[in-house]
Amino acid sequence: MSGFNAILSQSLKLAWRVGGGALLGLLFFLAVVIIMPFAVGPDLKLLARIGPAILWIGALLATLLGLDRLFQADLEDGTLDILYLSPLPLELAVLAKGLGHWIATGVPLIIGAPVFSLFLNLDGTAIAGVTLTLLVGTPALVFIGIVGSTLMVALQRGGMLLSILVLPLTIPVLIFGVSAANALNSASATISTPFSTPFLVLCALSLISLVVGPVAGAAALRLARD
Amino acid sequence: MPEPELYWTFAMHLSVTDVVLARGERRIVGPVSFDLSEGQSLAVRGPNGAGKSTLLRALAGLLPVESGTIELAGPDIDEDAPRGEYCHYFGHLDGLKSALSVEENLRFFKQLYGTGSSLLSIEEALHKVALAHTSSLPVAYLSAGMRKRVALARLLLNKRPLWLLDEPTSALDTASQERLGAMMQAHLDSGGMIIAATHLPLPGRMETVLNLEPAMADSRLAEEVWL
Repeated sequence: MSGFNAILSQSLKLAWRVGGGALLGLLFFLAVVIIMPFAVGPDLKLLARIGPAILWIGALLATLLGLDRLFQADLEDGTLDILYLSPLPLELAVLAKGLGHWIATGVPLIIGAPVFSLFLNLDGTAIAGVTLTLLVGTPALVFIGIVGSTLMVALQRGGMLLSILVLPLTIPVLIFGVSAANALNSASATISTPFSTPFLVLCALSLISLVVGPVAGAAALRLARD
Repeated sequence: MPEPELYWTFAMHLSVTDVVLARGERRIVGPVSFDLSEGQSLAVRGPNGAGKSTLLRALAGLLPVESGTIELAGPDIDEDAPRGEYCHYFGHLDGLKSALSVEENLRFFKQLYGTGSSLLSIEEALHKVALAHTSSLPVAYLSAGMRKRVALARLLLNKRPLWLLDEPTSALDTASQERLGAMMQAHLDSGGMIIAATHLPLPGRMETVLNLEPAMADSRLAEEVWL
C-alpha cells in the first residue's frame, strides 16, 4: 500500500506547491458564482431558486479545470514510465491520482460552497443541501473526468477535448445532484421531491464511478503505452 | 565503495529471440537476438534513429513487441509478474517533478517501487551520486547534469536485476561518469544485468556490443521521407 500512499501524497504536494491547481479551481469556482448575479440581475428570489444549480455548474467546471494536465504532465516528464514499471497495479495508481485530485481540488470547493452560497441568497437548509450533495457528488465528477484525462495521454494537446468528452458524461451526476440540493431548497418552485431519492442515486453514481473510473482509466493508459 | 553484495545468487537469464519492433506498419528494430546472464552487460550501439531507445523500452515492457520473444527467467523471477517489475528503466525523461525537492522525488520513487526491495536509503543513494547537499532543494533549481544524477540515484534505491540505461552518460561530467561506471560495476558484481544504449564509450566494462542499423531502407518511413 506504500505505493498508493506515495502517489496520493505526491499529488497533494504538487497541487499545493507553486503552479499547482488547488487554489486555481477554487478561484474559478468563485468567479463563476460571482458573475452569475450580474448576469441574472438583482432578483433575490430568482437567485435563491437557481442558486444550487449555479453552484453545481461552477463546481463541475472547476473540477474539470485541472484534470487535463493530470496525466499529461506525467507523460511529459516521464513519471508515467515509472508508474508502468511499478509493482502497484495501474488501476490503483489511477485511483490514488483521482483521490489526490479530489482532496486537493474537490474538498476546497466543498468548503467554499457554503460561503459562496451567501452570494446567491440561499438559506441555511439550502446551503446544507448544496454542500452535502457536492460532498457526495464531486468524487463522481473527478472519476468520470479521470477517464477523459487518461484518454488525453494518447492524444496530445487535448485540453478542450477533455471538456467536450467529459461534460456529457457528467449530466446524470448534475441532474441528481441539483435535484437533491433543490429538494432542500425552500425557494425552489418545483414540486418537492423527497431528498433521499435523488441523493441516494447520487451516492450510487459516485460509488460506481469510483470503481469504473480507475479501471477504465488504467485501460486507457495501457492503450497509450507506446 | 562497500563490498558488493550478491542479491541474485541464482542463475538469471534474459533471452531475446528474433524480436521485431514496429510502429504502425513501419519496422523500426529487428530482428534482434541476444542472450544475457547474471553479471553480464550489453552495449547497444548505432546511429541516431537506429532504434536503441525503442529496443530498451520494449525490453522494459513499455512497448509491444511485433514478433519474437523476450524472456527473463531465473529462480528469483516470478514468471507471471510483468517483466517491467524486474527492470530499472533510465530514459531520456527523468521523471522528476520540478516543484518537489530532490528528497521528496526520491522518496516517492522508493515508496512506489516497494519497501520490500529496498536497497540503499535516500541519503546513501544521493551520496553515491555526490548530491547529498542538494537533498532539500527543489529539482527545478538543479542543472541538467544534476537532474540526471538524481535520476541515476534512483537505480540504487530498489533492487531490480535488469538495468536498462538509455544514454546514461549524456550531460554528465567526467567525475559523474566515473561514479556511474562504479555503480554499474557494483551492480554487475552483485549479479545484476545491464543493457545500455549509447554512442559514447561507456564507463565500466561493457562485455558485448549489439550494433543496430537503421531499419529505414526497406520500410515505409523511407518513402515518406523522400517523396
